[in-house]
Amino acid sequence: MGRIVLDKVTKSFGETQVIPPLNLTIEEGEFAVFVGPSGCGKSTLLRMIAGLEDLTSGELHIDGKDMTAVSPSKRGLAMVFQSYALYPHMSVRKNIGFPLRMEGMSKAEIDEKVNAAAKSLNLLNYLDRKPAALSGGQRQRVAIGRAIVRNPKAFLFDEPLSNLDAALRVGMRLEISEMHKSMQNTMIYVTHDQVEAMTMADKIVVLQGGCIEQVGSPLELYKTPKNLFVAGFIGSPKMNFSQGEEASRRGAATIGIRPEHIDVLSEAGIWHGTVGVAEHLGSDTFLHVHDTGLADSITIRAPGDVNFKYGDKISLSPREDVIHKFDAQGQRIE
Amino acid sequence: MAIVAQTSKFAKFARPVLAWCVGLFFFFPIFWMVLTSFKTDADAVKPAFLLFFTPTLENYLNMTENYDYWRFAQNSAITAISATFFNLIVGIPAAYAMAFNPSKATKDVLMWMLSTKMLPAAAVLYPMIFLAKGLGLYDTHILVITVVSLINLPLAIWMLFTYFKEIPKDIIEAGQMDGVNTWGEIKEILVPLAWGGIVSTALLIFIFCWNEAYWTVRLTTIDAATLSKLIEGNRAPEGLFFGRLSAVSTAAVGPIVVIGWFCQKQLVKGLTFGAVK
Repeated sequence: MGRIVLDKVTKSFGETQVIPPLNLTIEEGEFAVFVGPSGCGKSTLLRMIAGLEDLTSGELHIDGKDMTAVSPSKRGLAMVFQSYALYPHMSVRKNIGFPLRMEGMSKAEIDEKVNAAAKSLNLLNYLDRKPAALSGGQRQRVAIGRAIVRNPKAFLFDEPLSNLDAALRVGMRLEISEMHKSMQNTMIYVTHDQVEAMTMADKIVVLQGGCIEQVGSPLELYKTPKNLFVAGFIGSPKMNFSQGEEASRRGAATIGIRPEHIDVLSEAGIWHGTVGVAEHLGSDTFLHVHDTGLADSITIRAPGDVNFKYGDKISLSPREDVIHKFDAQGQRIE
Repeated sequence: MAIVAQTSKFAKFARPVLAWCVGLFFFFPIFWMVLTSFKTDADAVKPAFLLFFTPTLENYLNMTENYDYWRFAQNSAITAISATFFNLIVGIPAAYAMAFNPSKATKDVLMWMLSTKMLPAAAVLYPMIFLAKGLGLYDTHILVITVVSLINLPLAIWMLFTYFKEIPKDIIEAGQMDGVNTWGEIKEILVPLAWGGIVSTALLIFIFCWNEAYWTVRLTTIDAATLSKLIEGNRAPEGLFFGRLSAVSTAAVGPIVVIGWFCQKQLVKGLTFGAVK
């Protein structure tokens, strides 16, 4: 249950086409993440799957059935919103049980399912509270609980963690991943945070300007980005690019190398530069190096215990086997 | 600092005094009307009896015995309650549709509805009377309720639209995802969340319908005549009977003042809607 196929779907708002013809298949039980910068159309695409936005053209199939013109309530999907979208006038118990009540389920059955969901989400002590009396994390759990009880064909998450603080976000990320592993439902997750995408996804769909730039597993995208956009978007800190002599020497218009694939040497490396800002994270140090002749500034992920200061001269050596090459159109050269 | 302290002390004293003065200024006509209603018609016009007089219930007895006050009051209640109900039944779905599923024409429709309030009522008075008589509806509840409802409907829709716009669209969409149909969205989500706004709207519309005079006076004679007609009917050709007129007016505004008094909080919210986000 939960195979979703988008067949040549498009979306236009007036004269503006935000999603050009797009094909995508999300397999049953898959955790797919739509990732891309703000305004790339990822939320619109999710809302089109949910039925909250009409398709301008094309077809949407869920489990082989054409759902293009079916209302959101009849698609059998559940959605968790960025703003939680809880019903403020209902208690947690009523919020979670609401979709079941709409299905016409008996009170005893609703209570049983609500209690089970609340138990799994550590909400048992808050069942009689209103959403206003909950913290951000608890509210998000209630929103997830409301989605879980329906046992939907697929879960849709629209940037669900972006309103939470950093620590809570990491915890909730893990909880959602664990939920996916135990439930094995199809999940589609929208985020602009590539760390969330990399850590959670079975399949990442990178979008830009409504177009799919690349679809693949996190490691595929990391190791073999199809173009400059994906190469720059996936990975943190982002990949360093250089277009000059170093690129043409390797038969490319642009070369890209990730910060973790450049070694800092005490002896002479092939590149030389001056240390700018050094960001010490404990486990790693991000060195921003200038005057290398590659770009204005390149970033290097060095071990946490390196001790360079502003203005120090350093030598660098890239790992040649993981230098990414791109042609003049920005496409990957194998 | 001393100057600031002095200013605030003065303001602390002056503001309530000013507020009381303004309040009393506006309250005086009502006070005078209520006072006059307990005077005989002869005493009512004598300056010497302005404040000190022998109170009498004569006007009220006269009103209930000779003028059938209760029938007029009943008609007013029927008109106001029915028109308010009609405004909510039509206004809530209309405002819901425009707030959550707007089309390109929504803004124009809203402006057009508002523009109907700018139409001088006198311009359509005779067509309305001819139409009502032609359809055999003159002096019927159905006519009065329809007219009073329709003249207040733009305001009801505008008010409800403003309240509904304050409800996050995500919550309505969450309802759609949870399997709710349009009726369910209105009943389960919209009405409970906008309850305060709906009550404010209902109260204001009820007051406007109760107080409506222009149309109720002109489209009724006896059967569907409201309290406005009763007041108007006490204008005698030989002069105004101030005592009698005041009693009728007091009895006409009485119910609405009582309702307004008990619903002050909701009313203030309704009257200041959109002023503070």
